[in-house]
Amino acid sequence: MTEKMKLVVIGNGMAGMRTVEELLKLAPDLYEITVFGAEPHGNYNRIMLSPVLAGEKTLDEIMLNTPQWYAQHGITLHAGDPVIKINRKQRLVVADSGLKVPYDRLLLATGSNPFIIPVPGHDKPGVISFRDIGDVHAMLDASRTYKKAVVIGGGLLGLEAANGLLAQGMEVTVVHVLDSLMERQLDKPAAALLRQALETKGIHFAMAAQTDAILGEDRVTGIRFKDGTELATDLVVMAVGIRPNIDLAQAAGLHCERGIVANDTLQTYDPKIYAVGECVQHRQATYGLVAPLWDQAKVCANHLAQRGNDAYLGSQVSTKLKVTGIDLFSAGDFNGAEGDEEIVFRDLRRGVYKKIIVRDGKIAGAVLYGDVADGSWYYELMIEGADVRELRDVLIFGKAFAQVGPAAA
Amino acid sequence: MNETKTTCPYCGVGCGVIASVNGAQVEIRGDEQHPANYGRLCSKGSALAETVGLEDRLLEPEVDGQATDWNQALDTAAARLEAIIRQHGAEAVALYVSGQLLTEDYYVANKLVKGYLGTANIDTNSRLCMSSAVVGHKRAFGADTVPGCYEDIELADLVVITGSNLAWCHPIVYQRLVAAKQQRPELRVIVIDPRGTATCDIADQHIALKPGTDVALFNGLLNQLAQSGAANPDFVAQHTSQAAQALAAATDYPVDAVAQICGLSILEVQGFYQAFAATEKVVTIFSQGVNQSSSGSDKVNSIINCHLLSGRIGRPGMGPFSITGQPNAMGGREVGGLANMLAAHMNLEDAGHRRLVQGFWDSPLIAEQAGLKAVELFDAIHTGQIKAVWIIATNPVVSLPNAEHVREALEKCELVIVSDILAGTDTVQLGHIKFPATGWAEKDGTVTNSERRISRQRGFLPAPGSARPDWWIICEMAKRLGFKGFDYAGPADIFDEHARLSMLENDGIRDFDIGGLSGLSASEYAAIEPIQWPVRRLAGQLAPPAANCGTARLCATDFYTADRKARFVPVSYRPPVHAPDGEYPFVLNTGRIRDQWHTMTRTGKSARLGGHLPEPFVEIHPRDALLCGIKDQGLARLSTAWGAIVLRVRFSVETPRGSVFVPIHWNDQTASDARVGKLVNPVVDPHSGEPEFKHTPVRVEPFLIEWHAFVLSRRPISTADFSYWARATGDQFLRYELAGRQYPADWSAWGRDLLGGRDSNDDWLDYVDATATLYRGALVREERIEACVFVSPRLDLPSRQWLAGLFAQEQLSELDRISLLVGRPADPSADAGPTVCSCFGVGRNVILRAIGDQQLHTPEAIGRCLKAGTNCGSCVPELRKLIAEAKTAA
Repeated sequence: MTEKMKLVVIGNGMAGMRTVEELLKLAPDLYEITVFGAEPHGNYNRIMLSPVLAGEKTLDEIMLNTPQWYAQHGITLHAGDPVIKINRKQRLVVADSGLKVPYDRLLLATGSNPFIIPVPGHDKPGVISFRDIGDVHAMLDASRTYKKAVVIGGGLLGLEAANGLLAQGMEVTVVHVLDSLMERQLDKPAAALLRQALETKGIHFAMAAQTDAILGEDRVTGIRFKDGTELATDLVVMAVGIRPNIDLAQAAGLHCERGIVANDTLQTYDPKIYAVGECVQHRQATYGLVAPLWDQAKVCANHLAQRGNDAYLGSQVSTKLKVTGIDLFSAGDFNGAEGDEEIVFRDLRRGVYKKIIVRDGKIAGAVLYGDVADGSWYYELMIEGADVRELRDVLIFGKAFAQVGPAAA
Repeated sequence: MNETKTTCPYCGVGCGVIASVNGAQVEIRGDEQHPANYGRLCSKGSALAETVGLEDRLLEPEVDGQATDWNQALDTAAARLEAIIRQHGAEAVALYVSGQLLTEDYYVANKLVKGYLGTANIDTNSRLCMSSAVVGHKRAFGADTVPGCYEDIELADLVVITGSNLAWCHPIVYQRLVAAKQQRPELRVIVIDPRGTATCDIADQHIALKPGTDVALFNGLLNQLAQSGAANPDFVAQHTSQAAQALAAATDYPVDAVAQICGLSILEVQGFYQAFAATEKVVTIFSQGVNQSSSGSDKVNSIINCHLLSGRIGRPGMGPFSITGQPNAMGGREVGGLANMLAAHMNLEDAGHRRLVQGFWDSPLIAEQAGLKAVELFDAIHTGQIKAVWIIATNPVVSLPNAEHVREALEKCELVIVSDILAGTDTVQLGHIKFPATGWAEKDGTVTNSERRISRQRGFLPAPGSARPDWWIICEMAKRLGFKGFDYAGPADIFDEHARLSMLENDGIRDFDIGGLSGLSASEYAAIEPIQWPVRRLAGQLAPPAANCGTARLCATDFYTADRKARFVPVSYRPPVHAPDGEYPFVLNTGRIRDQWHTMTRTGKSARLGGHLPEPFVEIHPRDALLCGIKDQGLARLSTAWGAIVLRVRFSVETPRGSVFVPIHWNDQTASDARVGKLVNPVVDPHSGEPEFKHTPVRVEPFLIEWHAFVLSRRPISTADFSYWARATGDQFLRYELAGRQYPADWSAWGRDLLGGRDSNDDWLDYVDATATLYRGALVREERIEACVFVSPRLDLPSRQWLAGLFAQEQLSELDRISLLVGRPADPSADAGPTVCSCFGVGRNVILRAIGDQQLHTPEAIGRCLKAGTNCGSCVPELRKLIAEAKTAA
């Protein structure tokens, strides 16, 4: 028996482990696998941190792969021991603990880091981000001691954090630099509905507000806006975005731009080194959502398994917000471009708003608020590039109506 | 509960109706004892209760747009009339009245005009439907006598129906025929009509002759009867005159010539002639298809000639039978309510009759020459010859030919007085003085149906507001004009005078004699049972005559000419006056539809009736449509030399090539531009003055619009900005079919403006796909649907039926709300489809499903299953079609 090839995975997160799972399905015996993770846990579903914060789920419930799973599959896991260096010449990685592990193939799944706005005071105690289990614990601790919280960032993550803190009994204000929430996922009408719904839940908003400084002596006591007004708070959660984590790759001399640049088989400029997940820049795009990550994992595993019959061409993304009682969905180019066609449905009493962007007879994007049942259908149609002209007059009413056929005269 | 026996106010069948009033609830059912209908009612009659509401009623007198009291209104009207008479003479004044009036109303109107104003300028809308039959009767019988009765139709072995869609226009007579044919399948029915109609459903033979060629067909028949030995020489010799002349005129019509003129095959013509010749008991039913023609009178006589030659008249199961259009066209004729008649079937041109009537009335004057007939009358208004017109219970701006000319005439007229029940008909709107009249449910008097049967119409609701009976209004005007002889205590008084006049120096000389009904007390009058005139006064008669003392048949051996013989009238075929040409290549035919009556002022209020055919339409053969470039369910513009209108297109293979059919009902209150009267040529029969409604050359073109739409709304919407609109009444909503050319910058704002949901707090749903011109909006108030609008550039708008049903719901369910703008329920089986059976509100989809699911093969089976077709039966032909359709589809 020849010796197995060695695969080292840097990053015990969702992208890395999904790739490993896919790989095991295709070629269970091809590699001897070693996984390094910075966090001292098994692999968990990061996108379920919000429900944990909101007290709707426990940590146990969001764990994906238990230590037994790694053992069962003969995977060596080094949790809480991040890799600090890649030696491409010797084809080995060096961990924080000094451990060196050689590789035949290396998979970078280093994810992303939250972006911290470099305002004065951003490093004060009481200023945290929302990225991992540690952050969730920090927020939960704060909620037990303190009363007021400010979340900077009215995007997906910020709103989920705000909702979680609210559920933990805090008085929460969301500070957003634009006048419309979740501008990367929602158009203005949907954003207005969302804000209304969140306000009804009890979240306050400071819109079109730029943070000038974080105030306080040894701990946060408030923030000051550019216009000079101040808001008292005991906790600041920064949720203004993420940056691909490329430090390790850059240090190893791999070509990086915003992210680690990977090709259609998720290989970096060093073909022995693959990259998947939020750390990747593929065809100019970086992703912060889960679906592209699954797509990448599948292609990457295929290539690692030496099949080579799959390629990653980029992802169309769709979003759902994990805030109980609020259903929203968006996908594709929901704002539309010049010349695009817009189909809109509104039933504000029921809190329903839907918009589909049609381009050349195909769905180019969609925003759904309040009734997202057909989100996946639109998403499918969009991904398939299906011609929807025949369906057009029932499209917005959803699959159930479309399947009966167009409305009879 | 209070029950009142009365008579239906629609067609000339004159069905008995029982009205029950329970608080505000009115229920209508057929009178089982009435000999016209024996308890049956058609869809229109069944829906009468839905038409007695007070919405849109004229309830107070008005002068120059101001509401006022009766004294003021009557004084002003009288003063203005007097001024015009003083300046221009009585001939400058005219009354235009209606076959809707009761005999008593009609009697006093005629008396006022002919005996007191001293002019004969009183004509009636009966001119538009019956006057050719009157001329035909008078020329042949010496009087306007209908020889037979409904029973003859049941006793006949052959029923020829010519120029009548009996199934839709006189449904109960038709149903009696259907029942008779079911009992005796050997009873043959031949329908003569250019159009395939619902009446053809029971026809053994349908003769689709070329429009207007009836005289040729019946002259040919006369010729054939003479040659085939089917003539009755004894009858001809003893009871007729001028047979030779008529036969001579008919020799020009051998079968092959007839076939050529009528556009028929020789076999078809021969088949008809042989059936007629071989059958002793033959009834020929005729109606507007015969009468409304520039040769209408001759057509009538060509029919009567055949019955005279064969001697088939005045005996059970045979005779020519004019079926009248209006509930009291016959009563109007009896009192002389036409410009060329006097009273009690006496003749204006007869000096003896004039003396008799004037003496009886003790009136200062008596008209000496015939007045202006409807079409000429309005021409005379247009030219200014007539300065004042009083229009009672009719809507000439809609119903007369060249209707735009009529509108102009009224707009120019110095004094227009209207008596009406409605505040805003196309005609009432032009009135300077408006008198609010009582309506059907409130009136008392008598009417006469097509078989000469006098029935009481009895009020069962109180007169609303200041509304008064027409006889009262007329008599009050007469008094204010200074005339004596109008002091009646009520309709009983008037009827008594009418009855006494009819027997004056009569002794059977004149056909019309109801002396037997004179001298009744008010309570006896109130209790008159339906009875057929003549009802002669018997010597020593004390009590009112029993119903069976009437006269079922006339004209067996005795006629009302000087020599007491019937006269043959030699006639020859004349084509309609205006022939189609390159400019106007089609022939416009007009008529009624099943569920509407005249200008829809009453039937238009009924949701049930509005469901069958909710829009003004033109029926056209698909091949002709192709030539015109119009689409089924699209919009078409029809134009003639007299006007143009816009209608919905319905393809119909039963409409003959080269013809189009348009219903007469729609008007400016119910559609943007659908008054078919605007199109009709103002050509009249030279003898009767009846217009040629059935034959106007017309052009059909696409009416181009950018989008179609419909609105259902609890409240009226503004239709001002639409290129096309038509309104129908639904159950708790109004339905608008719409089309437009403008693209609003913001559909959503447009929809909110249209439906009245501009307030940002309004509960509003909408769906906008501006590029595709798809827009839908709905306004909800307190969880109830208030209004909805659907727009599409194509003819693919969703069914109105399911949405309509939502208006009956107290609360919109969440499921329905979700489906609302889809326009159909999540479960498609909840959509009933367009109404087919109006009586039971059964929809097309329901019927088709039942046919499929339960294997129904006959209309009877459908009836057992769904009740559809089991009341008035007028949808049975449609049920049959649906069965056939389901078979083809399966």
